[in-house]
Amino acid sequence: MTDLRLYMAQRISAFVMAPLVLGHIAVMIYAIQGGLSAGEILGRTQGSFGWALFYGTFVVAVSVHAAIGLRTIAFEVVGLKGSALNVFAWAVFLVLFAMGAQAVYAVTAL
Amino acid sequence: MTSTTKTLDVSVWRSNDTGGAYQAFAVPAQESQTILDVVAWIQQNEDPTLAYRFACRVGMCGSCAMMVNGKPRWTCRTHVQKVISGNKIEIAPLRNLPVIKDLATDMDPFFDKWIKAEGVFHPSKTRNDAIEQIDPTSHERTEADIGIECINCSICYAACDAVSSNSDYLGPAALNRAWTLFNDAKDGGKQTILDAVSANGGCHSCHSMGSCAEACPNELNPMASIAGLKRETAKAFFTRRKA
Repeated sequence: MTDLRLYMAQRISAFVMAPLVLGHIAVMIYAIQGGLSAGEILGRTQGSFGWALFYGTFVVAVSVHAAIGLRTIAFEVVGLKGSALNVFAWAVFLVLFAMGAQAVYAVTAL
Repeated sequence: MTSTTKTLDVSVWRSNDTGGAYQAFAVPAQESQTILDVVAWIQQNEDPTLAYRFACRVGMCGSCAMMVNGKPRWTCRTHVQKVISGNKIEIAPLRNLPVIKDLATDMDPFFDKWIKAEGVFHPSKTRNDAIEQIDPTSHERTEADIGIECINCSICYAACDAVSSNSDYLGPAALNRAWTLFNDAKDGGKQTILDAVSANGGCHSCHSMGSCAEACPNELNPMASIAGLKRETAKAFFTRRKA
């Protein structure tokens, strides 16, 4: 993948993340101030397509953004190159995506 | 020179087959003395084999840049008293470039990258066409006018940590040059420039750390030029997809 495509993917994922991060912080403050229990939170999120979409999008954006950022660090600081560099970036993406998707599934699936 | 003459403790990088080492010299201090004066004094009075490069001595040619106390500087316009640290001056060849001998670096990689960035004029007319009328107040011309004051000294290239960590990175000067041509109404290679600076090692490898802008002796801001290229390549990324 060219530097331009990676650059655009990282900027677009940041653009997607920005409002979702604000939304996530707002939800956390709301949940704590109102004293919602874990059960009450799960009652709202389980079976909710909206929350699955909200956090599912967040997980995809984070996975893309972090994988590209760590790819650059691995190249410039550690000296990884070529296919090893791309394997590393895809591995970071897949691990973050798998962990995030598992979490989203756990709180939104019925 | 009398024994009461004040001297400067100068360490100068001397290259050898295994790399090199600093060599100490005691150089007579003088009023309004530049770093280039110091180097020239050593070469003329202590060791004629010291290799270094200079030409105009007035800050126009960009030949005499060296690392002075760890920072890249144009030595002909750098006063000793402004950079001396505890009576010590350390002079080394420019960072990020191969050393030919002592203080003289091989500038080929630096200028090769100007070509790679399409920092060359792309003619758009023949000799039979009328000369392009340039509006000096236009935004594009203003942008180009700022950048064309570059004297190709490679100080920004030596100051850039992105160049240090990525040898393919074109560097601030080449990208600044590409930006001036992109904004030149007479240049017919705008898309060629955008394609060149979008390739691996292009403008997107810049981390906007700003060392180039801080180090530039002509107070240019290559980082801003690179930001301009990033904006234009991002726009082209979407518009070309639609086409």
